Amino acid sequence: MIEVRGLKKNFGKLEVLKGIDITINKGEVVVVIGPSGSGKSTFLRCLNLLEMPTAGEIIFEGIPLTSKNVDIDKHRQKIGMVFQLFNLFHNLNVIENVAIGLIQVKGIAKKEAYIAAEKILNRVGLSDKVTAFPSQLSGGQKQRVAIARALAMNPEVMLFDEATSALDPEMVGEVLQVMRELAAEGMTMVVVTHEMGFAREVGDRVILLDSGMIIEENTPREMFTNPKNPRSKDFLSKVL
Amino acid sequence: MIFGLSFHWLGKYVSFYVEGLLMTVQLALCAVALGTIFGTLVGLMRLSRNKPLVFFATAWVDFIRGVPVILQIYIIYYGLSLNIPDFWAAVISLTVNSSAYIGETVRAGIQAVDKGQMEAARCIGMSYAKAMRLIIIPQAIKKIFPALGNEFIILIKNTSLVSIIGLHELTYLSNTIRANTYLAFEPLIITAIVYFSLTYILKKALGVIERRMSASD
Repeated sequence: MIEVRGLKKNFGKLEVLKGIDITINKGEVVVVIGPSGSGKSTFLRCLNLLEMPTAGEIIFEGIPLTSKNVDIDKHRQKIGMVFQLFNLFHNLNVIENVAIGLIQVKGIAKKEAYIAAEKILNRVGLSDKVTAFPSQLSGGQKQRVAIARALAMNPEVMLFDEATSALDPEMVGEVLQVMRELAAEGMTMVVVTHEMGFAREVGDRVILLDSGMIIEENTPREMFTNPKNPRSKDFLSKVL
Repeated sequence: MIFGLSFHWLGKYVSFYVEGLLMTVQLALCAVALGTIFGTLVGLMRLSRNKPLVFFATAWVDFIRGVPVILQIYIIYYGLSLNIPDFWAAVISLTVNSSAYIGETVRAGIQAVDKGQMEAARCIGMSYAKAMRLIIIPQAIKKIFPALGNEFIILIKNTSLVSIIGLHELTYLSNTIRANTYLAFEPLIITAIVYFSLTYILKKALGVIERRMSASD
């Protein structure tokens, strides 16, 4: 579904990604872990071209997103993204946040879009917050709205950029639960996270990034019990 | 006589104040409307990714802000000697001037909107223009509004400067009263009170709108 070839990203002189090759298959949950500053978020943000790769290719459903004449807006609809800091639209209420993509991007009539949005909000357990504004929600609720907003576009793949890192501990569970359900439904997911429990339980494959390179790619079971690379061992011994 | 000041002339000249006030208000309304439109354009140009546009807008802002308003009025009125009514020459001068200041206000307001808002909008497939229109600008307006109100108040006061090209607004006509009555302090203090009332009412009105807007936060 997503093929990454020789992905490099520099910020000025700083080399953040130093050549990443990976294929993400349909229905797979790929968890990306690694120390802070290892390039996890940058990697994820390159997948939908929020960051323009310095070199390399991102091929999404056979289309090289990185080539010049690609209409990236069209493909981004199919790549949902969830941010660490939610980024809900502050000027819109909950249902407007979820429906705006349907109305403004997909051109669906407002009435239909609202029905669809309500359905999705129900799915993430927020049908009672439809008319609330983002400022009236807790962190966990905000993140569930953000997930609903991405799901409304009916994406082929969902990218999670440390979706639970900014949450109070008691709210992490409710967001992970929604992610777990999504994975169980067969959604293709790329998840950058510090939640090792989640990685082990839900991930089909775990990728350990360090200094802009994949240093180990393994099944969760192997990664967490029997890592091959000494640097993986070192990192995992600190976080487990 | 009040505190040794004489106001016996006031009855005769009250129509001057009315005429002047009407002209001042007309000038201000036109300049505020046009200044907001062109100022927004200047602000958006400064934020665009088109280098020549950015260069032009930056040069415009720097030049306008670095030159006295009164000189700008002279340049447009005498220098360009456009074949248009004096009223519009005055409106153009005030618009040119305020477009630079409002442009900076708009630019700062848009930049103050969290970067994540644009990213989230682009991530659901919105174009840059749509994200600007539906997500960024509505949030920027709230942030811009108080500073924009200040610009409007400055604009009202700047209308007094076009008296130098003979427009019959408040300042010009109070000078006429001064010349006719041989009194200086009395006519001018009344003019000051009229200007103050105008700006004070505007300030209060803007305050009400501001509170309404923040109610949805």
